[in-house]
Amino acid sequence: MNSRDRVLARIRSALAGAPDAPAGPRDYLAAHVPDDPAAVLDLLHENLADYRALVHRTDGAGLPGLLARLLAARGSATVLVPPGLPPQWLAGTAATRVADRAHSTAAELDEVDSVVTGCALAIAETGTIVLDGGPDQGRRRITLIPDHHVCVVRAPEQIVASVPQAMERLDPGRPLTWISGPSATSDIELDRVEGVHGPRTLEVVLVVS
Amino acid sequence: MSGTFVGMPAFPAAARDAVHDPTLRATLRHATHTIRDKRARAVAELPDWQRLREAGKRVKDHTLRHLDRYLLQLEESVVLAGGTVHWAADADEANRIVADLVKATGEREVVKVKSMATQEIGLNEALAAEGITAYETDLAELIVQLGHDRPSHILVPAIHRNRGEIRDIFRAEMGAWGRPAPDGLGDSPAELAEAARLHLREKFLRARVGVSGANFMVAETGTLVVLESEGNGRMCLTLPETLISVVGIEKTVPTWRDLEIFLQTLPRSSTAERMNPYTSMWTGTADGDGPSVFHLVLLDNGRTDTLADEVGRQALRCIRCSACLNVCPVYERAGGHAYGSVYPGPIGAILSPQLRGTTSEIDASLPYASSLCGACYEVCPVAIDIPEVLVHLRERVARQGGPGHRVEKAAMKAASWAMDRPAVLAAAERAATRTRRLHLARLPGAGAWTAERELPRIPEKSFRDWWKEREE
Repeated sequence: MNSRDRVLARIRSALAGAPDAPAGPRDYLAAHVPDDPAAVLDLLHENLADYRALVHRTDGAGLPGLLARLLAARGSATVLVPPGLPPQWLAGTAATRVADRAHSTAAELDEVDSVVTGCALAIAETGTIVLDGGPDQGRRRITLIPDHHVCVVRAPEQIVASVPQAMERLDPGRPLTWISGPSATSDIELDRVEGVHGPRTLEVVLVVS
Repeated sequence: MSGTFVGMPAFPAAARDAVHDPTLRATLRHATHTIRDKRARAVAELPDWQRLREAGKRVKDHTLRHLDRYLLQLEESVVLAGGTVHWAADADEANRIVADLVKATGEREVVKVKSMATQEIGLNEALAAEGITAYETDLAELIVQLGHDRPSHILVPAIHRNRGEIRDIFRAEMGAWGRPAPDGLGDSPAELAEAARLHLREKFLRARVGVSGANFMVAETGTLVVLESEGNGRMCLTLPETLISVVGIEKTVPTWRDLEIFLQTLPRSSTAERMNPYTSMWTGTADGDGPSVFHLVLLDNGRTDTLADEVGRQALRCIRCSACLNVCPVYERAGGHAYGSVYPGPIGAILSPQLRGTTSEIDASLPYASSLCGACYEVCPVAIDIPEVLVHLRERVARQGGPGHRVEKAAMKAASWAMDRPAVLAAAERAATRTRRLHLARLPGAGAWTAERELPRIPEKSFRDWWKEREE
């Protein structure tokens, strides 16, 4: 008997005669905030900031100027660009664009100052942005290695109130990264310190239409 | 389970040393009280907490009831998504599978995401015996590994170390493992985290094999989920070419939608956050993004024995949040090492004796490492009735006998004899009240119990006498 059969046989014998255990009700709330796009946007803003993301608001016309200012303020000379990022987003910056090519090594990406991406959606109640590897987000590694990540969220269409609402819209077949504030650790006397291995600075730009 | 803890003294002896270490007690008290207060605030934000808790409990019980079916579905989904599935009946088998997979890549080192399952099976030691170095990349695990130490908490394995001790460990040990600590390293958490960042970055950027566990596995889709904070998890899960995940079979949930329950309850219960900074979800392999080879090792190692126990199987609902450790008055004073396992605290007191059996001295002592105050049950996000299982396991230990249990059995036998004979009992009670001034404050021969406790005073009259007078 191989181990697969052995483990399965042990499970079946352990459960012989056990009573049925139906999964039970899902009577928890679908969301904890009223269905009001302005309130949900404010809550996202507040919760992102609470976990030390830097949050900015602009509209479509103001986005290129804002992104240029954020990169300049940081002194970023190079910026990683996912393959499907709308080119006009970075129309205002002088920073050199770096594409994430299949053969780019992690060490090469480590030399880049900033990365700018879109997102799949953002969750207001938890202050979370979710990336799913879409064309405006790129591979998981490009939002991980540079020390500065700027993420653009389109309001209201990319914002959901709650985790259950996010699950409905996400595709489990794609690699997903949920980000709530910048990298942090609480391993030393439970003091929270931002920035260990992921980007130490997370800036979220809410583009309100 | 791991050989790491073999030879540990039983809980009372191990706890005595910890209780008499004032630095350890202060560090633990500060940490557990900080986190428990924050957790209470995070949970209070959700008015439907009890309903989420019940839903999580029911989903887990349902999964366990049909675990064979869901594991087969999981296997199929993972294979469809491009992964390979291995089954390991015990620790040795799991370690051998991982060692062979690493060797097949031609590599001699792996980077690791913090994982309870790989600690439980002693994977690092097993790999070392095969000439493979496993680098722990979680900050707390790094502190434990560099300090030649053992983890003492599920979530914060180095909770027993203060900042000064951590600085000393980094200064003394980092150089032997790679990039040394910066000159003049201070003891602020920010400086220490920066030193860890520099030390580990060179390992991440060259790593070709990553090893992880998982918080959840979704049978329906084959998705694995890891929750973390630092980004070391993302590094290990996405930069290497080969990813090997070792996961206990009880981590399965049936559907994608089930995750919505646990992604609300786990972060708030464990780190007291609305959401942990990073969550990674992957389904097999993805073209050009992340590892091109993915292996899943499904681990039994005592879990099916636990499943066979009708009362004890609820321990398999555990999502390893560690909320029960932080509220436990016994853990707070004894510390994690006293439990002699990678699973300390109340959950460890019921999980370890079930995974390993109750034949060793330490495992037989663990069901008694509790005051049965019930705080662990109150905070558990999947409603594991830890006190119920503790009492159940005490019965098991008592049945197998031992010196303490022989005295207890004799006392109980005498008591039941007297209680079956009302006249004898009445006479004994009367005799006791009349001689109450002569009684000792401590009972000789039962030192383990009475050394720390006063005996209750005998009342002036027996209940029967009081009742009789009241009737008159």
